[in-house]
Amino acid sequence: MQTQTINEISAANQESIEISGSEAVLKALVAEGVETIFGYPGGAIMPIYDALYDYRDQLEHILVRHEQGGIHAGQGYARSSGRTGVVFATSGPGATNLVTGLADAMIDSTPLVCITGQVFAHLLGTDAFQETDVINITTPVTKWNHQVTDANDIPEALAKAFYIAKSGRPGPVLIDITKNAQIQKFNYKGYKPCNHIRSYRPVPNIRTEYVKAAAELINQAERPFVIFGQGVILGKAEKEFKEFIEKGGIPAAWTVLGLSALETDHPLNVGMLGMHGNYGPNVLTNECDVLIAIGMRFDDRVTGRLDRYAKQARLIHLDIDPSEIDKNIKAEIPVWGDCKDTLPMLTSLIERKVRTSWTDRFKACMEKEVEEVIQAELHPTSEVMTMGEVLHQLNLLTKGDAIIVTDVGQHQMVACRYAKFNQSKSNITSGGLGTMGFGLPAAIGAKYGAKDRTVVSIVGDGGIQMTIQEFGTIMQNNINVKILILNNHFLGMVRQWQQLFHEKRYSFVDIASPDYVTVAKGYRIEGNSISKREDLQQALKTMLEYDGAYLLEVHVGKENNVFPMVPQGCGVSEIRLK
Amino acid sequence: MKQEYTITIYTENQVGLLNRIAILFSRRKINIESLNTSPSEVEGIHRFTIVINETEDNVRKIARQIEKQVDVLKAYFNTNDEIIWQELALYKVPTDTIAEKAKVERLLRAYGARAVVIRKDYTIFETTGQREETDTLLNVLGSFGLIEFVRSARVAIIRESKGFHEKLMEFEQGEPVQKSLDTEHIPTEEELID
Repeated sequence: MQTQTINEISAANQESIEISGSEAVLKALVAEGVETIFGYPGGAIMPIYDALYDYRDQLEHILVRHEQGGIHAGQGYARSSGRTGVVFATSGPGATNLVTGLADAMIDSTPLVCITGQVFAHLLGTDAFQETDVINITTPVTKWNHQVTDANDIPEALAKAFYIAKSGRPGPVLIDITKNAQIQKFNYKGYKPCNHIRSYRPVPNIRTEYVKAAAELINQAERPFVIFGQGVILGKAEKEFKEFIEKGGIPAAWTVLGLSALETDHPLNVGMLGMHGNYGPNVLTNECDVLIAIGMRFDDRVTGRLDRYAKQARLIHLDIDPSEIDKNIKAEIPVWGDCKDTLPMLTSLIERKVRTSWTDRFKACMEKEVEEVIQAELHPTSEVMTMGEVLHQLNLLTKGDAIIVTDVGQHQMVACRYAKFNQSKSNITSGGLGTMGFGLPAAIGAKYGAKDRTVVSIVGDGGIQMTIQEFGTIMQNNINVKILILNNHFLGMVRQWQQLFHEKRYSFVDIASPDYVTVAKGYRIEGNSISKREDLQQALKTMLEYDGAYLLEVHVGKENNVFPMVPQGCGVSEIRLK
Repeated sequence: MKQEYTITIYTENQVGLLNRIAILFSRRKINIESLNTSPSEVEGIHRFTIVINETEDNVRKIARQIEKQVDVLKAYFNTNDEIIWQELALYKVPTDTIAEKAKVERLLRAYGARAVVIRKDYTIFETTGQREETDTLLNVLGSFGLIEFVRSARVAIIRESKGFHEKLMEFEQGEPVQKSLDTEHIPTEEELID
């Protein structure tokens, strides 16, 4: 039993003030440095919104049009800023509308703190109006979640939420607060940020013996190959990463989420891995002698058939999450830890090398790919436009300085393949979950996360129609995002598979579009639609130079395919160029 | 090769954690053979004992997934020869049948069973042991008009374990400690470099 002196007790009483649970929520957000909240009010979260009315000058709240839009915006914000996205939603349908975004943020390791309202504690389990079991619904798609029923627990719960969301391998956290706890007055003793939870080890200890062994293996290697993912970006280790590959002279290829961690034009950047990645990185995965995986998780879209993946190579795997080691591919040397720490250790131990004959192999592969795929995609002679040439023209105008937010499908793969990037955190896309409808709301969030940068949302005619209601958010808040719709009048990626693997049985992929420019006009968003090549450059220029949101629809070839492609069930060496 | 593994998990005592752990198994279509939760030797720390039939590779992966959960302190997995384990079983049989057959009582003694309730209409026996022991008694009593049978989840103690007090003290310190020492893949010197 701890004893308190009279002085201590009176000091505590003087410091504490009586506030509501709702106000404690907002004080926590302010203390965590939150500036922007994406949300949508409703019955069970009304006390928090009421308190928010007095915090309007400290916390900017963006009213979205659907909670899914809100959470994707939170994701876009987190990805462009490197900070934690914050989302508000009410109980019941408000909370269930977050689930897709939570799953997306979970698989793509995006730090989010979602706060949902919940019915009064005494109504829990009674099928009350707008009651749903949010904690159990969201358990598999959150890094951590917690229900608060007493205002006294709010500061600590939020402190833990922010700490867990951002530390180690980031992820989404959901805090469900019952309405009584939001209303309840309690003695607030200030906000203490959390930096330690005894059951939680965000960063594993670095084992120097593994680092040494890894360096030794790299020094012995003749054909080392680096494959990197978002871990480099999340660890803010772009500089350390570049120093590592430059000293070792090691060619490096990226996963979709690793894109932009290393500038496109870097001489050791050999391109994209996986199903629609570049030819060289795929085939040479099966010819390297040492494979160094950094902050990536060997997704099946990257590896293709596992029993034909890098069988000849010795594998070094750097990851902050011990459960990723050996999950899909057995690592010979696991280098646990934050790559921000482990990469400099490795760099200091490896020999400076230039591996011209090895990097030349990547160049030769790229030449072959340019000849057989890229040339026709970027400089087509066909009458209809290709997605690739739109990206090419866009690159010429943005010069690689824009944030590119994509949706999911053919345009996403084309954008990842051809968009140029000069700086990190510039490619925002739904990688692991492949969430159609992500692109537009994520672009809204991305703009708030990086207000001085140009944000271009590249979306297909399928994906835009999934979250098109967020035009309303753009209108109301004058959000300067550029919406580039690549319209092929099909659900293109599914159509491509139906063409290649289902004998062209185009089953329900023929999707009609509204007149997007008119729809945009209804939302006071400027727009244009083009279908001729000679209009492309000027139309893109107008879009980028316009002061405010702008929609440009580009009609592209209906039945163009994305190549190269590693067909499902094939090894990476079996990549097809046509 | 699949075999029986006992997973021992030390956790915080949190509402919802059972679900968080259980869905790690169901998501991977791994059937939980037995699950027990109880206090541990350390006050405030909960202990899960879960039995599954899996390959070593899969059990290691799932142990790592369990340990990754924020409210989990530590997960161990062990084969049956690395643990001492017991299950408790209750058997309800008609008292008159039992009374008539002295042989039954001899059998019960042989299996270390004891009567916990004796009524006119029925008697409840209890025994503690490994699966084969409680199963054998089940077969025996089956022929004497067994009315009801129930068996508890497995509880197990790891033979080589030194308990959790020391580990917890490490966890409570602010600085990072190795959390996953026992479930990791540790390459030997030879494995590392030829």
